[in-house]
Amino acid sequence: MLEQLKEIEKTALDALSEVTDPAVLEAWRVANVGRSSPLMQVFAGLGKLSKEERPTVGAAANRVKVALESALEERAQAIKEAALAKSLEEESLDVTLPGRGIHVGRLHPSTQQLRRVLDILADMGFQVYTSREVETDEVNFQLLNFPPNHPARDMQDTFFIEAGERGDNPILLRTHTSPGQIHAMREFAAANPDNPPPIRIALPGMCFRYEQITARSEIQFNQVEGLVVGENITFADLKGTLSDFARRMFGQHARTRFRASYFPFTEPSAEMDVECFVCGGAGCQVCKNSGWLEILGCGMVHPVVLQNGGYDPRRYSGYAWGMGPERQLMVRYRIDDIRYFWGNDLRFLGQF
Amino acid sequence: MKLPISWLKDFIDLDGLSVEEIARKLTLAGLEVEEIKYVGLPVSGASAEGMHSSERHEFKTSGIGWDREKIVVAEIREVNPHPNADRLTLLDLYDGQQSQVVLTGAPNIFHLKGTGKLARPIKVAYAKEGSTIYDGHTDGLVLTTLKRAKIRGVESYSMVCSEKELGISEEHEGIIILDDDAPVGMPLVDYMGDAVLDISILPNMARNASVIGVARELAALTGRELKKPSIEYKTHGESVEKLASIQITEPELNPRFVLGLIRNVEIKPSPYKTQRRLRLAGIRPINNIVDATNYAMLDQGEPLHAFDYDVLKERAGNKNVKIITRAAKDGEKLTTLDDVERKLTSANVLVCDEKGPLSIAGVMGGAESEVSDGTRNILLEGAAWNFINIRKTAKQHNLPSEASFRFSRGVHPSLAETGVRRGLQLMAEWSGGEVAPGLVDAYPLKPKDSVVDVTPQDVKRLLGIDLTVEQISELLTRLEFKCEITKDGLRVTAPSHRLDIGEGVVGLADVLEEVARSYGYDNIPETRMADALPPQIGNPVHEWEEHLRDILVSLGLQEIVSYRLTSPERESRVAQYDEYVTLANPITPDRRVMRRNLVASVLEVVEHNARAESNALFELGPVFEPVENDLPDEPRRLVLAMTGSREALAWDVKDSPNFDFYDMKGRVELLLSGLRYTDVVYAPTDTVNYLHPGKAAEVRVNDKVVGVFGELHPLVKDRYEVEDAPILVAEFDLDVLHAVSPGYEIKPVPDVPPVLEDIAVIVDESVPASRVEALIRQTGGRVLTNVRLFDLYRGEQIGAGKKSLAYSLTYQSDKTMTDAEAAAIRNKIVKRLEHEVKAKLRS
Ligand SMILES: [Zn+2]
Repeated sequence: MLEQLKEIEKTALDALSEVTDPAVLEAWRVANVGRSSPLMQVFAGLGKLSKEERPTVGAAANRVKVALESALEERAQAIKEAALAKSLEEESLDVTLPGRGIHVGRLHPSTQQLRRVLDILADMGFQVYTSREVETDEVNFQLLNFPPNHPARDMQDTFFIEAGERGDNPILLRTHTSPGQIHAMREFAAANPDNPPPIRIALPGMCFRYEQITARSEIQFNQVEGLVVGENITFADLKGTLSDFARRMFGQHARTRFRASYFPFTEPSAEMDVECFVCGGAGCQVCKNSGWLEILGCGMVHPVVLQNGGYDPRRYSGYAWGMGPERQLMVRYRIDDIRYFWGNDLRFLGQF
Repeated sequence: MKLPISWLKDFIDLDGLSVEEIARKLTLAGLEVEEIKYVGLPVSGASAEGMHSSERHEFKTSGIGWDREKIVVAEIREVNPHPNADRLTLLDLYDGQQSQVVLTGAPNIFHLKGTGKLARPIKVAYAKEGSTIYDGHTDGLVLTTLKRAKIRGVESYSMVCSEKELGISEEHEGIIILDDDAPVGMPLVDYMGDAVLDISILPNMARNASVIGVARELAALTGRELKKPSIEYKTHGESVEKLASIQITEPELNPRFVLGLIRNVEIKPSPYKTQRRLRLAGIRPINNIVDATNYAMLDQGEPLHAFDYDVLKERAGNKNVKIITRAAKDGEKLTTLDDVERKLTSANVLVCDEKGPLSIAGVMGGAESEVSDGTRNILLEGAAWNFINIRKTAKQHNLPSEASFRFSRGVHPSLAETGVRRGLQLMAEWSGGEVAPGLVDAYPLKPKDSVVDVTPQDVKRLLGIDLTVEQISELLTRLEFKCEITKDGLRVTAPSHRLDIGEGVVGLADVLEEVARSYGYDNIPETRMADALPPQIGNPVHEWEEHLRDILVSLGLQEIVSYRLTSPERESRVAQYDEYVTLANPITPDRRVMRRNLVASVLEVVEHNARAESNALFELGPVFEPVENDLPDEPRRLVLAMTGSREALAWDVKDSPNFDFYDMKGRVELLLSGLRYTDVVYAPTDTVNYLHPGKAAEVRVNDKVVGVFGELHPLVKDRYEVEDAPILVAEFDLDVLHAVSPGYEIKPVPDVPPVLEDIAVIVDESVPASRVEALIRQTGGRVLTNVRLFDLYRGEQIGAGKKSLAYSLTYQSDKTMTDAEAAAIRNKIVKRLEHEVKAKLRS
């Protein structure tokens, strides 16, 4: 009997060493440790053995069973590892094929730039103030110190709206976001006419000029204007705030310069240039070789405008500035045709 | 304004300042130099041998420098015929060192061909071999270097130059003939090398629209002295006051009028130096008299007008000339010197004599009394006009001119006399005429010189810098303000050439601007605001709209921004309106009204991008609804549009279903849930004209219609050049949507697992899915937390006119639910559906 067990063990282990396939392994399991395997027959025949033989054979059979089962487990593990190794070796993708896309949404580039501007200004304490796009001559011009027929009006060619007889106060498309200065100051001053609160606002929005539509000029464009009014606001503050803004917008090393200029609603007035960030001031096509980029117009709020807004110019002072998000994008991305912005070609919009 | 540097030097010593430094100082002070054109002077920044302007410059730069050695003043001593060419002459020319034979075909020398030795040599600009100049025979500006060549058998290696060849003007008809006093052999650059600054004059800086005006600024900016050459001339004969008089009827429109007289002028060309300066300044030389008026205007800033005195005298019947200024009568006519008959209105001001109009004041002279070749005696006008009136008149008659440019921005009346005197001086010098003594000067409205009080505290409060009274005084004195130290600060009187300084609080701002400019904006420090912060009120509507944009972008929609201006024809593809906010002065009929319909704007973009694989767009912005003779309403709208492939195509996604109604509905649902709206109802609508009547829904929140969406009506779609795929459109009224603000709460995440169950019912086609779902939800009660339609089936199995709706139900209770409890609810639901919509359970 013990001889038989030895034979069973040897035959089984020999057979197992040949097995490389999971199905064959299962067949081996059935044949060698299955219910009707020779080994199980030995267990079944134990009862027929004498009392003396039984423990010895039983123990030997158990030892064989354990040996076969652990060999089976070992083999199964080896087959699995071999299969994995084979699959890792054989399966590979062409990783250079394009990935599968989805339709993605994007903000219009002007909105993106408006947000950049407004986010920086928000950090600096400027809250957003919006107002209407169709205005009266009074709010768009006269209260901002552009009297009727003033030569400064040549600076802002205007679309007028057909309306009834309105004399010197026609309806027009706002030429700048500055009418918002009047609306805002009057609104805030109305809350406390004797002691109007300080103001720090950003005024974004669409503006309109009577221009030909060309690569360089458009009939509509966004503007963001800033307005500060308080009892202790100086031209030096204007320079500091706008230079801070330029460093946030164009990089911490951006240099600025202020040139004297003229706007009817500010005095003193200035243009702020930023050193060209394309060429670092060395001169390039973007800055037309000057090393400087015109970024915004600014100035101390004209006393007449403060007065018209309900703020006493003897007590309050302020500054304001205006800039164009589309112009900033054109410089930043070297876009040479302003008509792209309202053309809404997906091949343009998709690049932002 | 084009300003030759050489002319500027008449008024200020510029030694040691480069052209670019001058341009920079002016630019920073508000006189923006738009371009520098070099006309002889070395181009700054260019290398020694390369004299062209292609290198890097702070300013837009053009032109050339003239080589000192190679381009010089020379004189022509003999003019001889060319042996082999009829049209050419040979010049015997002396360049200060040696004689040369030079070939030319210049027409202004040709008449001397064969003269041989000239009685009086002709001074010319001579370019030697190797010099670089512009090619006179090529269009545009092409540089060429003179090389030795044989022309018709005669060796040629140098050239007598035209203005074009030296970059002075486009003139190439003849060679330059210099004034007789030009020193032979002198480098031409030393004799007349120049650079021209093109300066943009701001509306408040009209005082600088002259050479002396710019020189005055430059003197203040550099601390140099402003030279004012005295204007003197000899006079002869009877004084002008005895021959002419002036009557001003409206001093508001004509505060001053000055007349001078010069007799026995000889009309001929001006000296070359004058012609060259005028050309560089952009003005065409005509003759010595016209040139004198233009030259004096550029020099001093006062536009002048020359009348033929004998014509006026004849009109006066040989009596004294009486000049009358008055408003024109409506319909009055005058033929101006461009030979156009102008119809005038009462808004125009005329210079007349007793017989009638002579010229349109400050804008253009009349043809009859203009200076002609036969003119002998000149009556010279210098006047001051109301700038707003001149601006209106110049616009009305479309007559922009150097004169109206200045008068429409304001010319100080004090300049009228200076200008006339300068004009008479130049005419006497250039024409041999004799100036009559005196001037006729009518000056009924003298402007008051503004007086402003300024203190160091004002400077500190508004500019943020600490300056002493003395410093402020020094800065303003440079600009010719009169400063008087008072108890508190300074009493400042504006100089008599300025009209732009106000009084009181405005005057203070005007003067502080001058302090800042004179001090230099660059010298003012940068500070951070130390003022109180304003109340924080934010802008909830703006923030809400930005949030809305973000949600739409996350749903895969591209934002667009369209023109606000459109045409009724463009919008008529979607909707027709009787009234629009209409432009009075459109730039093109295609954009003559403000849009009323945002759907039309967005569909134009869909059409523009029709060839794209898909379009999923949105635009957010105002439309404009007209209000009779008042500002329009500007309600804000949101429009979504989708068409084309639902999925992004790829190498293994070869084709995809098109976007349909339910894609749009899904976006709408996600948008509204993203904005936290919960009580949203969708109902069919067939009243939206541009939508398919069977595939359109309206969206209600709290019983308010906030928007509509659906498939574009086939007839509307036919009006666009687009692909076959359906176009889905949604339109929201943002003002209404924002007004129905949502309530919203976050629910806890349950601890026990949900029980999931499916249920399928067959109903008539006419029963809307929303009704079935609503009944399920009502009956299921609180524990039924989700109902999702997962299948819709129509077909033979269930019979015609029927549909099967299969729902996945989620039960969620506080404690684990038993199967029996779930079954009970389910049975209730089935019973309810059977009863209400005659549903049959599908097994
Ligand atoms: Zn650059």
